[in-house]
Amino acid sequence: MTGNTIAGAAISFSGVGKAFDGPGGARVSALQDVTLVIEPGAICGIIGRSGAGKSTLLRMVNGLERPTSGTVAVAGLDVGRAQGAELRAIRREVGMIFQHFNLLSSRTVAGNIALPLEIAGTPPDQVRARVADLIARVGLDGLAGRYPAELSGGQKQRVGIARALATQPRVLLSDEATSALDPETTQTVLRLLADINRDLGLTILLITHEMAVLRDIASHMAVIEGGRIVESGPIYDIFTRPTHPTTRSFLGGVTGLTLPGFIAGRLLDHRPEGPSEEVVRVTFAGNHATDPMLSKLAVERGIASNILAGAIEEVGPHPFGNLLISVDAARGPEARAYLEQHGLLTEVLGYVR
Amino acid sequence: MSANLLPLLWEATLQTLYMVAASTILGTAVGLPLGVFLATSQRGELLSAPWLNKVLGLLVNATRSVPFIILVVAIIPLTRAIVGTSIGTNAAIVPLTLAAIPFIARLVENAIREVDAGLIEAARAMGATPLQIIRKVLIREARPGIALGLTLAVVSLIGYSAMVGAVGGEGLGDLGIRYGYQRFMPEVMAAVVVILIVLVQLVQSVGEWIAARFDKRAPRNRGR
Repeated sequence: MTGNTIAGAAISFSGVGKAFDGPGGARVSALQDVTLVIEPGAICGIIGRSGAGKSTLLRMVNGLERPTSGTVAVAGLDVGRAQGAELRAIRREVGMIFQHFNLLSSRTVAGNIALPLEIAGTPPDQVRARVADLIARVGLDGLAGRYPAELSGGQKQRVGIARALATQPRVLLSDEATSALDPETTQTVLRLLADINRDLGLTILLITHEMAVLRDIASHMAVIEGGRIVESGPIYDIFTRPTHPTTRSFLGGVTGLTLPGFIAGRLLDHRPEGPSEEVVRVTFAGNHATDPMLSKLAVERGIASNILAGAIEEVGPHPFGNLLISVDAARGPEARAYLEQHGLLTEVLGYVR
Repeated sequence: MSANLLPLLWEATLQTLYMVAASTILGTAVGLPLGVFLATSQRGELLSAPWLNKVLGLLVNATRSVPFIILVVAIIPLTRAIVGTSIGTNAAIVPLTLAAIPFIARLVENAIREVDAGLIEAARAMGATPLQIIRKVLIREARPGIALGLTLAVVSLIGYSAMVGAVGGEGLGDLGIRYGYQRFMPEVMAAVVVILIVLVQLVQSVGEWIAARFDKRAPRNRGR
């Protein structure tokens, strides 16, 4: 790979690999040939299971990990090769928040938020003003003098976010920042991140193992499996047209796509002899998401369908729906063709007698 | 106990306090940086210097394995070179300091290693230099542990300072041996022991109070 970086990208990985010496002297490959470009202002989520390499990938953006091949660039600066003062300067452009917050127990809320500014050598009077702004920005008014042990998980993460924003970075890295929080708190923290992205134009790169987190705030996503990016693109495209099995399995958890047990147990791969039902996943996207397509199918073609599971929700600003239906297998192809004609996506999951 | 022994006890107490205070201050001045270095210089750590770490570690272990009373005698030439004599309170400070340095260094090392590695990572991510991480994160977060470690060191030094009495140092130990033992005055021995107990209790209480003041981790709230 050449050291070229993609002009204008907030973060770019090109041909990035990471290998290290494992036990017994064997080379273990954590990442292979990762190429990913994140545009300024995007919220890009990387999803993968534990050990898939997402954490290694994220930590390359601020040089906590170095690639063994390829190039990682932030705003055109080569992080992988930067050393000393140059690397520290890049790190001030990149804020980071953590799953376990990593706040100093010995410093107050204000003291924790001030830390990156002190490190950068900001004059004390400016530090005070900036810290006061940040405390208001993340909604921690009145808590400046508290110690982390006195805060809830959500409040601690707000301190983490304020601290990450202190040096006015261009990029924010989020390392499973909501994984230690309850669902409700997760929502408020995600909303704060979305607000910050909108108000400050900050590029956010986050890693998670929860698809719901991506659905709620990401504009783009990438799926990582075994050290490789197996699928990436705008979130809406991936939610509506997932191609990789890993993506599909992650999606299953958030889109109401799980078949009821009594059907899943009887599902056949091939159409059996005699009368049977075809089980179809129908994905409604964009403008069609709210059309009464199944009613039209019944009225115009006389095909009745049985709804097995379904959900309609929003991915980013777009409505997005998923239905699992069954129709008479003899008329399945016709029904799918009709739905496809009207802009819906269909997929046959199997057959039941 | 006759009244003319009281000034003797008072003087000996002051001598002990002087020896312990001086060796604690000098021992900390060297032991604290040494402990910080030991805690941060293994391979891949902030100040990664594995060889120097090993050599200093060996040196610390070697010094710590020499029984104190032997250390006192063994370094008499060094003591003479520094203080000009091997007898008296000032001379006693040399072996006391030499014993305090590796002890304090290990205690500080342990306290620093207790600091959550996530904090180091967060500070690195902020663009902190290794020295900034040590000053603003490691030492600060380790303060409760360092305070307790120093308390332990001071208590040990009180004990050691009594031992140097046996080889010409002054202080409570010396008084106890010369009057209590050699002159058969058990009441002096008893007074010396009581004063030592009170001193140790005081140091322990003050040390724990300081450690608690530094400790902002709520004890009931350490979920992870």
